[in-house]
Amino acid sequence: MPAVIQNASRAARPPAAVSVEQVTATYREDGRVLTALAGISLTLAPGEFVAVIGPSGSGKSTLLDLISGLVEPDAGEIRLGGTALPASARLGRCAYMHQRDLLLPWRTVVENAAIGLEVLGVARREAIEKAAARLRDVGLEGFANAYPAQLSGGMRQRVAFLRTILPGLPVLLLDEPFGALDALTRAELQEWLLELWERERQAVLLVTHDVDEAILLADRVLVFSPRPGRIADEARIELPRPRRRAIVTDPAFVAYKAAILADLEGVR
Amino acid sequence: MTFLRRWAPPLLLITLVLAVWEVAVRAASVPAWLLPPPSAVGRTLVEERGLLLSNAAVTLSEVVLGFALALALGLALALLIDASPALDRAIYPLVVASQTVPVPAIAPLLLIWFGYGLLPKVLVTALVGFFPIVVSAVDGLRSADRETLSLLRAFGASRPQLFRKVRWPSALPSVFSGARIAIAVCVIGAVFGEFVGSKAGLGYLMTRAIAQFRTDRVIAAIVLLSLMGIGLFALVGAVERFALPWRRYTLDGVSGETRRR
Repeated sequence: MPAVIQNASRAARPPAAVSVEQVTATYREDGRVLTALAGISLTLAPGEFVAVIGPSGSGKSTLLDLISGLVEPDAGEIRLGGTALPASARLGRCAYMHQRDLLLPWRTVVENAAIGLEVLGVARREAIEKAAARLRDVGLEGFANAYPAQLSGGMRQRVAFLRTILPGLPVLLLDEPFGALDALTRAELQEWLLELWERERQAVLLVTHDVDEAILLADRVLVFSPRPGRIADEARIELPRPRRRAIVTDPAFVAYKAAILADLEGVR
Repeated sequence: MTFLRRWAPPLLLITLVLAVWEVAVRAASVPAWLLPPPSAVGRTLVEERGLLLSNAAVTLSEVVLGFALALALGLALALLIDASPALDRAIYPLVVASQTVPVPAIAPLLLIWFGYGLLPKVLVTALVGFFPIVVSAVDGLRSADRETLSLLRAFGASRPQLFRKVRWPSALPSVFSGARIAIAVCVIGAVFGEFVGSKAGLGYLMTRAIAQFRTDRVIAAIVLLSLMGIGLFALVGAVERFALPWRRYTLDGVSGETRRR
């Protein structure tokens, strides 16, 4: 490709959905100041799926708290859609999902799914209608008026996921979203997340402990080192899309897995 | 079958206690002014129902008004205590101190200030009733799940939104627990208010009956007070079940995740 065209295409490329530049974050524990992240830089292109993997205490969850605006970094800058924003201005721009479903027990399935939209200023009634219209996408048609306590763990996590994607925010921050589920339910939800993401193509930053999950879902896998968290290595996953679960036995998949496991062994 | 299983044990126990009481009093020929048999109390309940019920109505109105005042005052104070750490430090010690003031000391003062009417009884009732409501409401507001709050904050929720959508609803079960305790002590508060000085009510009837050695009437009044307490307690429970329909599922333990910490 001629150099001129390459430059032109680079200039026309939309700004990164998320860009984290030289970010350091500390926190206090028992009066000591500990460094969670030390000078981390990473970018997330629009529609890109990036997984972060690393041992406990490598600041992975802190990274998501920083991007979402819950925490301000001690040093460095965070850009969303190309604009550097302070923490208070980042709130409400990324959809966040945790390992715990965090459903409100007094709200029904549709009411829980709608709360993200409500908080963003959509009228309650309209938000609930929008949630109801998408229950089929998450395989929960017929459960609109059930309470969370009546659902299984997998179903609850699907409600949480619908709450995450319903506002249509361009960035999803997923903090071990399937970590508390049994292996079968987890596999089912991973496949289902793939299908949904392939249709909607948000930028996703997924924190996980599960190497298979990272390779199966992501375009890139970042391996974090333990405290203070740094990016120790990065693997670009060139497996074809759309991907399905069967790919986990593919020799290319197994080779990625071996390399990432070796990385994780190395940073410990 | 379930009806029988639910009600047979308590009814059986009460019948047994009454039977032993009846037989023992008659066998030992205990004079009625000392301890009348349950049959005599029953007769008084039927024969003097007009007198008993009209006085019960006075006490009930004191309890209901006092409880309403306790609820309004208790929730208002809880919201203030919750609003800022400074208000918490200012108000909470006073709330606790209010409970160390003996009601027998304060009730005569209320009598001097407000006379023999309804108001001093309502105030005594509210004074003993508001404390459990404040404490339970403050605890409830503070028990909201932190992770849920931060998740919604990440979605851009404001402080008022977090209060309306998370903190207040998660405080409600606790508020209802406090209300159930409050309604029970409110009955005691109203009767005490009447003991100190009144012209009507079951407490008034009891002080009069004691002076006349009408022990049967005292016990009949106690029976009515108990029924009133049980009824009001059940009423608060019914309102709770109606207001918080989702509690049915979490209390059954269908899934333990909801309140996991």
